[in-house]
Amino acid sequence: MKSLMLTLTRGAIAAALTACSVASAFAADLKVGLSVSLSGPNSSLGVPYAKGMQAALAYKPEINGRKVQLIVLDDGSDPTTAGRNARKLVEEEKVDVLMGTSGVPAAIAMAQVGRDAKTPMIGLTPILLDANENPWVMTVAQPTQLMIDAVVERMKRNNVKTVGYIGFTDAWGDLVYNALMKAAPEAGIKVVSNERYARADASVTGQVLKIVALRPDAVMTGGAGTPGALPFLALQERGYKGGVYGQHGLINPDFVRVVGASGQNASMPTGPVIVAEQLPDTYPTKKIATDFRAVFQKVNNAPTSDAFSAYSFDGWLVFADAASRAMKKAEPGTAEFRVALRDAIFSTKEVVGTHGVYSFKPGSLYGVDERARVIVKLDNGQWKLAP
Amino acid sequence: MTWDVALILITDGLANGAVYLLAGLGLVLIFSVTRVVFVPFGDIAAFAALSLAAFETGRVPPTIGMVAVLTALALVTEVGSLLRRGEVARIPKAVLMWGVLPAIPCVLAWLAARPGVPVAVHIAVAVLLVVPIAPLLARVVFQPIADASVLVLLIVSLALHFLLSGLGLLFFGPEGSRTTPLTSAVFTLGDGFTVSGQVVLMVGAAIVLSGLFFLVFERTVAGKALRATAVNRVGARLVGIRPVRTALLAYGCASLLAGLIGVLIAPVTTMYYDSGFIIGLKAFVAAIIGGLVSYPMTAVGALAVGVVESFASFWSGALKDVIVFSLLIPVLMLRSFMAAHSEEEEDEVEQ
Repeated sequence: MKSLMLTLTRGAIAAALTACSVASAFAADLKVGLSVSLSGPNSSLGVPYAKGMQAALAYKPEINGRKVQLIVLDDGSDPTTAGRNARKLVEEEKVDVLMGTSGVPAAIAMAQVGRDAKTPMIGLTPILLDANENPWVMTVAQPTQLMIDAVVERMKRNNVKTVGYIGFTDAWGDLVYNALMKAAPEAGIKVVSNERYARADASVTGQVLKIVALRPDAVMTGGAGTPGALPFLALQERGYKGGVYGQHGLINPDFVRVVGASGQNASMPTGPVIVAEQLPDTYPTKKIATDFRAVFQKVNNAPTSDAFSAYSFDGWLVFADAASRAMKKAEPGTAEFRVALRDAIFSTKEVVGTHGVYSFKPGSLYGVDERARVIVKLDNGQWKLAP
Repeated sequence: MTWDVALILITDGLANGAVYLLAGLGLVLIFSVTRVVFVPFGDIAAFAALSLAAFETGRVPPTIGMVAVLTALALVTEVGSLLRRGEVARIPKAVLMWGVLPAIPCVLAWLAARPGVPVAVHIAVAVLLVVPIAPLLARVVFQPIADASVLVLLIVSLALHFLLSGLGLLFFGPEGSRTTPLTSAVFTLGDGFTVSGQVVLMVGAAIVLSGLFFLVFERTVAGKALRATAVNRVGARLVGIRPVRTALLAYGCASLLAGLIGVLIAPVTTMYYDSGFIIGLKAFVAAIIGGLVSYPMTAVGALAVGVVESFASFWSGALKDVIVFSLLIPVLMLRSFMAAHSEEEEDEVEQ
């Protein structure tokens, strides 16, 4: 009796499984492969990226009646693992699109795999690549220059004539410095110093003393996360009275926690999603940003406090818009579909996301314009829109 | 450079040097008694700082779990070795020493994580909580290989550092923390030159603690036993000093120093899960200047490292650490010219 039951159960399971696989063969799901840093030093960005993607899946689980399947892999903050993940997603899971990740080098590694396997890749970080060399990749993040231009504009409006720079000794510090050097002379602002410090440094007293001695009207900082708070603290300690400016790498709750009162009135650029509720009702991204807040709260049982989860959400919106157009040309899961999807992404017109309004065109990685940035001011631990 | 700037840099350098001094004392203490270059020293300091930060944000510091697990491991190791040697009668004492004693700070810390506990208690508990870490690690890891060569001990110690900093990342996350200053006092000297109370506290703590060290080594039996072991382990054993016990005492003292360093620097620098390593490394430079044996030379070396670091950051922020670590080259050359060359290592009597 017992063995009969066992046979019957097995038979039923087998039948169910066959039915499932047959059903999926008739109407293949769309497959999205996401690789993010759920562990390792980048996990403070990677975890929000993954949470934002879950919110996006809940917000738009179907495209043209087809279910979307999300496959998430952890790259441990390591570019090599990110590349391997991308290969796994492409070859084993046969994903239609790659998305990721929280580090720029890791995202570049994924993009190379995407190019080799002819699979489109929607980057979620400001990737640095030659768009003509790799026509399969684009990103929803804002280019650094766009953000720094906004800061320089603000300095000009505040009558800043000279500015001191202090930033990381790494690629991020260089990127911000170069963008500043490009924008500042055009605005008639002179950059008087280029001081650097390492992420792990305990103090920047020496560098800040040098800057204060030069008496610049303002100081621009090129740091990110909690180590980015160090110049703010040191400037405050030395009684510096000029304006202190930051950039979008500092928009992070941990930065606010560490910088404390020393960050009061610091201005920096960010995507409008950070201050969604303070935007005027006419702002194009306001509605979708509030929707995103609501769905994120529902899925993750916590409010959003960062810009990263919103990039995931925007990547999904861009993908969903392009996929609905590409599905008219080819069947998901095929090589033709991937080509159609890429072409569709590169012909994206005015897709409204939480960070900005996206319009991609071939030969360019970025798809946002001035609507993707606002200047915010730190006021008693809260980001306040500074119009 | 004006005098104002130089004064500010010197004060900053002395404050940092005070921290390296305490860390250097800990490193020299452990090395001279056990021949272990205790790389995880800085990690313990970071654990103390991050535990204090966890208390401040109203969380139960995950360090408690780590200490509890280490306690269990050490207890199992100790009881196992006693059983193997057939010394069943000593098990109750071992349970008290290795099971109950290290668990006390865990319980205290758990109680202190409740709301409404004053800051002073938090600081005391954060220091107490990390005190058992080094002795427990020593019992589990270093005691079984106490007679291995210095190189093996160093490699094991380095591996231990990577384990601890990995755990730190798991417990406290990648972002750093800063605690509220212990004092907000500011002292004004002369015309407009100010020194913050926190810096005075750091330098003061370094002076008081090194003074205490001196007294302990000169005046107490335990201190004399430590010195005897440092001078000659075999000879110390012959006159009835148990190296295992003195080693544990050294680890305990060093752990206490690390805890104090942690709470002293947490308000002035942002502490990350891996900040301890750099502190340890710079203290190591100081300790090398002292030849890993001399406390006064280590103190001088630590202050030199602090001041050089401070001035280097003024001249070239990007090359600061390069300049500090380059200090090692002339010091090592000088030392190797001056030192009498001896054979690699004296043979140790089997335990």
